[in-house]
Amino acid sequence: MSAAAPARYPVPWKLLLPALMLFIAVVLIPLAMTIMLSFHKWGQYTGIEPVFILENWREIWSDSYFHEMFLRTFRIAVAATLLTAICGAPEAYILNRMRAPWKGIFLLIILGPLLISVVARTLGWALLFGGQNGIANKALMSIGLIDTPIPFMFTETGVIIALAHVMMPFMVLSVWAALQRVDPQIENAAMSLGAGPLTIIRRIILPQIMPGILSGGIIVFSLCASAFATPAIIGGRRLKVAATLAYDEFLNTLNWPLGAAVAVLLLMAIVLIVVSSNALIERRYAEAFR
Amino acid sequence: MAFLALDHVNKRFGDHIAVEDFTLSVKKGEFISLLGPSGCGKTTTLQMIAGFVDPTAGSIHLEGRDLLSTKPAQRGLGIVFQSYALFPHMTASENIAFGLEMRGIARAEREGKVRDALAMVGLDGYGDRYPRRMSGGQQQRVALARALVIKPDVLLLDEPLSNLDAKLREDMQIELRQIQRNLGTTTVLVTHDQTEAMALSDRIVVMSKGRIEQIGTPQETYERPASAFVSQFLGKTNEFPAEIRLSDGAQKLIFGSCEWQAPAGPSGPVTVTVRPEKVGFASPKSDSLKGRVVSRIFQGNHWLFQCETECGPAIVVRQNNGEPQPEEGETVSLIWRKDDMGLRRAGESR
Ligand SMILES: Nc1ncnc2c1ncn2[C@@H]1O[C@H](COP(=O)(O)OP(=O)(O)O)[C@@H](O)[C@H]1O
Ligand SMILES: [Mg+2]
Repeated sequence: MSAAAPARYPVPWKLLLPALMLFIAVVLIPLAMTIMLSFHKWGQYTGIEPVFILENWREIWSDSYFHEMFLRTFRIAVAATLLTAICGAPEAYILNRMRAPWKGIFLLIILGPLLISVVARTLGWALLFGGQNGIANKALMSIGLIDTPIPFMFTETGVIIALAHVMMPFMVLSVWAALQRVDPQIENAAMSLGAGPLTIIRRIILPQIMPGILSGGIIVFSLCASAFATPAIIGGRRLKVAATLAYDEFLNTLNWPLGAAVAVLLLMAIVLIVVSSNALIERRYAEAFR
Repeated sequence: MAFLALDHVNKRFGDHIAVEDFTLSVKKGEFISLLGPSGCGKTTTLQMIAGFVDPTAGSIHLEGRDLLSTKPAQRGLGIVFQSYALFPHMTASENIAFGLEMRGIARAEREGKVRDALAMVGLDGYGDRYPRRMSGGQQQRVALARALVIKPDVLLLDEPLSNLDAKLREDMQIELRQIQRNLGTTTVLVTHDQTEAMALSDRIVVMSKGRIEQIGTPQETYERPASAFVSQFLGKTNEFPAEIRLSDGAQKLIFGSCEWQAPAGPSGPVTVTVRPEKVGFASPKSDSLKGRVVSRIFQGNHWLFQCETECGPAIVVRQNNGEPQPEEGETVSLIWRKDDMGLRRAGESR
């Protein structure tokens, strides 16, 4: 027997160690380095100087170009989130009411795209509406429904629609989970009390799946606000959002400190919004729902 | 005249027959129980009255008007579900007020009625609670108040007490019966618990495999079960194989070493049925069933004996009235009054 007193519960900690090391190595250290980087100085000819200045932050704070960028990022994220909620909640409801074989099949159809890369799914939109050559545009023009191609690429609307499409499974899943907790007899109960179908949805179902819609909304919002591939493909260089801006600063301008400041600000904003709205939701629904 | 009438109602799910040839007429103010084992079609029958399930065939009338052509929302029935199906995002008061609101009753009047309904089920002061913050019994009361506050023509209850523990269930049974008596609401209760059905109902409909086995008052169904199923389902029953035979010029009922005078009827094999509490211990006489006590269980107000007789196992229940009772292993003679005995002829399975 070893003479040294062992730590009280050494095994769990030892088991945790590999994951903890990985987390520190690939998340915490790069994050700390990025934050540090955002305070460094950058010059066209001098490159990065490891000093502590607030210049990058001041630039973002005062330049309306950055304001517009962040505003656009959040406008797009909010609009895409609303769109997923408006389409996803009814989708989940209808799915939940389907019969045995169809339910499974359609759930697979909705969740299946998660297995396909975001890039591939976004490129689909580009193929459909990519200017003169988009298949959908061509078809619509040839049957004379439209004269000029529907503007989709490089527009905010385009980015919003494509983002909503890509994020839809998350909303459907979240609402679906909320629907599983709804008593299957509750609609009958409301009906027996004299409620019509619309009243049942508005007064009975919607309030019960609201927590699901809101938590789905938080997931979709944070993914949309930090999305890169979809805005990069649909919005391109012409319609930049915070994520594509940070990318450009890093890889095109090579102004790493400014890019780091943009990235850190985006991260902080998203964390703040997500945490505070989550707290709000929990407080609002603590009474009636666990 | 029948208040609620179900006429040859059938329901199939695919090729599975859930309810078959269900005919029942309920009088105004009556308390009817649908009693049967799980899966025998009780819920399906109730849901057809409520309108959540459409019958494959047959008709349902309420006060002479055709219910099947009325939408569920317009039928004006009060329903309490097994899961209660309370609206979790509404307080108890809001739950109860919902039906009144759907009927366009003004807020002030609504509030008064909700308060009365809460008082009726003994929940004054609980109006602002959410269902999740209430016990099972309290939720059950809210569900009952919600169904009754709309003054329904018929109250439908689907195993309303099955989620409560035994003590609470008994209390609620008494309360439910009292509320129903006071309001005079025609009530149809679904249950698989025979004591509950007997305690509450004016009449019991015993069901098995989608069919009605017997309709009758609790005493009728218990004392004169129409089929083997009914007698087995409504409490324990002793069954002894016997035979009716002509002997010395008279019809005799012969089982074991007994030779009793038989009632009129054809000869042949029969089954003697007798309830355990109707069986008594006798002095060893020639015309009683001979046996031995295998086990003796004390249950407070009564004793439960398991005996092995010449005609197979038998159960005897005796009041604990202070008289000496036989010991385990003791040889006994079992006897009962001829009126308390049922005879079922072979082939007469129902
Ligand atoms: N929606 C349905 N689809 C198919 N079969 C059903 C459906 N509802 C009930 N059944 C079947 O009908 C029979 C009766 O069910 P039910 O009325 O719920 O019985 P009980 O309430 O007496 O336990 C059962 O065998 C059940 O499996
Ligand atoms: Mg049932």
